[in-house]
Amino acid sequence: MTRWTAIASIMLVLAFTIACGEDEDSELVIMTHDSFDISETIIDEFETDNDATVVIQRAGDAGEALIRAILEKNNPSADLLYGIDNTYLERALEEKIFDEYRSDLLDQVPDEFEFDSSGHVTPIDYGYVNLNYDIDFLTENGLTAPETLEELTGPDWYESLVVENPATSSPGLAFLISTIAYFGEDDDYDYLDFWADMKANGVLVKDGWSDAYYTDFTMYGGDRPLVVSYATSPAAEFLFSEDPIESPPTGNILIDNATFTQIEGIGILKGTNSKNLAKKFIDFALGTRFQEDFPDKMFVYPVNEKAATPDFFKFAEVPSQPVGISAEEIGEKREQWIQAWTKVVLR
Amino acid sequence: MTASRLLVVGPISFIAVFFLYPLVAILAKSFGGGAVGLGPFQVLLGDTYYLGRIWFTIWQAAFSTFLTLVLGLPVAYLFARHEFPGKSLLKALTTLPFIMPTIVVAMGFVALLGSGGLVNTGLSGVFGDNAPQVRIANTLTIIFLAHAFYNYSIVVRIVSAYWANLSPQFEESSAMLGAGRVQTFLHVTLPLLLPAIWSSAILVYIFSFTSFGVVMILGGSQFATMEVAIYELTVKLFRLDIAGALAIVQIVFTYIFMLIYTRIQARSAVPVTLVHREAIAKRKRSIRDTLFVIGIISILLIVLSPLLALVERAISTNDGYSLVHFSALFSNDSGSYFYLSPLHVIWNSIRFAFMSMVIAMLVGTAAAYVIVRPGKRSSILDSLFMLPLVVSAVTLGFGFLVAFNRPPVDLRGSWLILVIAHSLVAYPFVIRTLLPVLRGMPPHLKESAALLGASPLRVFIHVELPLIARALVVGATFAFAVSMGEFGASLLLVRSEFTTIPVAIFRLLGQPGAANLGQALAMSTLLMAVVALGFVVIERFRYRDIGGF
Repeated sequence: MTRWTAIASIMLVLAFTIACGEDEDSELVIMTHDSFDISETIIDEFETDNDATVVIQRAGDAGEALIRAILEKNNPSADLLYGIDNTYLERALEEKIFDEYRSDLLDQVPDEFEFDSSGHVTPIDYGYVNLNYDIDFLTENGLTAPETLEELTGPDWYESLVVENPATSSPGLAFLISTIAYFGEDDDYDYLDFWADMKANGVLVKDGWSDAYYTDFTMYGGDRPLVVSYATSPAAEFLFSEDPIESPPTGNILIDNATFTQIEGIGILKGTNSKNLAKKFIDFALGTRFQEDFPDKMFVYPVNEKAATPDFFKFAEVPSQPVGISAEEIGEKREQWIQAWTKVVLR
Repeated sequence: MTASRLLVVGPISFIAVFFLYPLVAILAKSFGGGAVGLGPFQVLLGDTYYLGRIWFTIWQAAFSTFLTLVLGLPVAYLFARHEFPGKSLLKALTTLPFIMPTIVVAMGFVALLGSGGLVNTGLSGVFGDNAPQVRIANTLTIIFLAHAFYNYSIVVRIVSAYWANLSPQFEESSAMLGAGRVQTFLHVTLPLLLPAIWSSAILVYIFSFTSFGVVMILGGSQFATMEVAIYELTVKLFRLDIAGALAIVQIVFTYIFMLIYTRIQARSAVPVTLVHREAIAKRKRSIRDTLFVIGIISILLIVLSPLLALVERAISTNDGYSLVHFSALFSNDSGSYFYLSPLHVIWNSIRFAFMSMVIAMLVGTAAAYVIVRPGKRSSILDSLFMLPLVVSAVTLGFGFLVAFNRPPVDLRGSWLILVIAHSLVAYPFVIRTLLPVLRGMPPHLKESAALLGASPLRVFIHVELPLIARALVVGATFAFAVSMGEFGASLLLVRSEFTTIPVAIFRLLGQPGAANLGQALAMSTLLMAVVALGFVVIERFRYRDIGGF
């Protein structure tokens, strides 16, 4: 026992010594969420060009990373926060955790993606949240993919859809917002009437995308042929198939005015002592090298219109008419929407 | 400072610095740094939704605990009183469910009981298309089953370790006096086992009470517990004040439960004669015993079948069995900045688990000695020591970030923060396994040694340590297991180079595609293999030659 005590205390002392080193200005720490991914060579390039060290810390999901940044306000452990999307933007701005910065490269970004008019958060990528379906299952059961949201409340799709809980999941919230854009809030048949009918029609709610997709979607042994996922998911299914395939086993259902555009951005955290380096990184992230690197890793589209997407993104079709609800409106009403939805669907 | 004072100060300061301080720090921050008003509590208690979550949490945990005890006790008996080939491996396997990430277990259940799973396909095969189908996905039933599946090894391990050293003389006398087996069990064995049963019941209750993944993933969103509500309020609704209020309610509730439990447990303690294992194991075995052993082992194999189904899925591809998913883990095809070889990830998990285990053993053993010291306050302290198990990973994780964020102690990003977080949930296991033995230890043993002139240290090493060694091994096993399987804090707190196995599995499951799923299952198989190996190694640890009885 005494030997163990000695070893343990030595380890503790060592760890404290190591952990207490101060950050240097040539070190750039980027905090982000778990889905962030990029090539090592790209980061190496930035480090060499700027004589800097980059540390990327993934801190839970997008919500957890934001809360962490809010809790660390004015004493940030990171210089940049990547992964603020249009459903979180207002909250981040309210907390004033970011310094302003407008990159010159925003010229190459279409206006529709410049989601922060205050100039704190720079858009980097975007994606679409929509329904995916299991092609084989529909064919075998003589079904054709629904073309409107109303169809989902009919007997053909009884106990057929799994969605994520908007109170715990980003795609879940995105889909809820889609239904609000589609049905409206005050119409004769509004989004809550739709959700009440969905409940009666056996919609299943899961708290996270992974559980819904890998345990309830028929593709992976579950019993729901329709799932709320992303427009890029079929492309990912194609890339990550076990054996080479001609086309993906899943398909996109892109309903006009019911497909949510999720825009993600990066911001410089107040209190950083590497501000210039942070600005350089934002410029770098908007450049085509970076923008062309991440689509086949994060399965999102680059915001820079000059950046090309990989070939297999032909399976990640783009909706002709996505949802047009602004980040401001989401910021204002998200809590109210989530609570109203929870009352109708879960309570 | 004398040794005995260090014994008291050590564990109390550990919990004060690494648990109470971060907890108070995050709660203070949640309430806006000012005085704690009643506002958030009024919102909480005035809302039937949250009251419903609180009530559901309490009763589902109680029923889950009951079910777990009923399922665990026969298995505990098997391991305590019977010897058979492969026992140590089977013992390691039965503890595996405890560490598996919930989503992986959920996939195991789907592979077995889903609509296209083995059981339903089998039913259709035998009875045709109109065969009855098992449909328990996303129901309350599967939550109870899963809680029992996760936690029965706590009952098995703690009770069997105690049972194994319990002298059979009482049972034998009872049999000689003409009592039947059932009578003997109910009136003799059960009362003697109560301290250990209470110990495991407390742990199972807490785990079911704070259950997050099981409820969310297997039950669907309609069955939210308080833990789930805290996550929603913090991360999605940004109502840190209400989340803080709910966390306080959760802590207060559990503290009261703990007070009751620990009192009962302390009262149920009886001095028992602990004997060497050989004296028990070498009894003659009847046909009835053999049938019992075979029966229980078959049931155990059925219980483990969701895990076997996972291994099967990990090695199957479209063209039969192969190890492609495993070899894929070793290549960084996309050139990702975050890629880590599985060996690196396994090494992370093992070293963090080992360090957490060492800290948990030191803190847990000292704390257990503090609790059994004579005095009235023991159950207040005992309950306090259990609290880290109740506080959710999200709350504690953010607490660490708020509490240890300025030099000289800026632990953000350090692996140490993870080891401390893991030891906090690990040491209560050491306490719970040690308490029944320490309380049952006949006082005359220590007294006679002391009378003969032995120093307290010598008494500890030569008299007490051999007696508590078996319980310590069980405590160490769980401390190791808790750290190997911990997920919430790991995901939130550490830098990418310190990724552990459960986090790696979770990340693989973050993207669509059969290859990602295959690799996640391969990684899960590696997790099971590493942990089973770890259990067998810990089991081999003997204190000199006598520790193993």
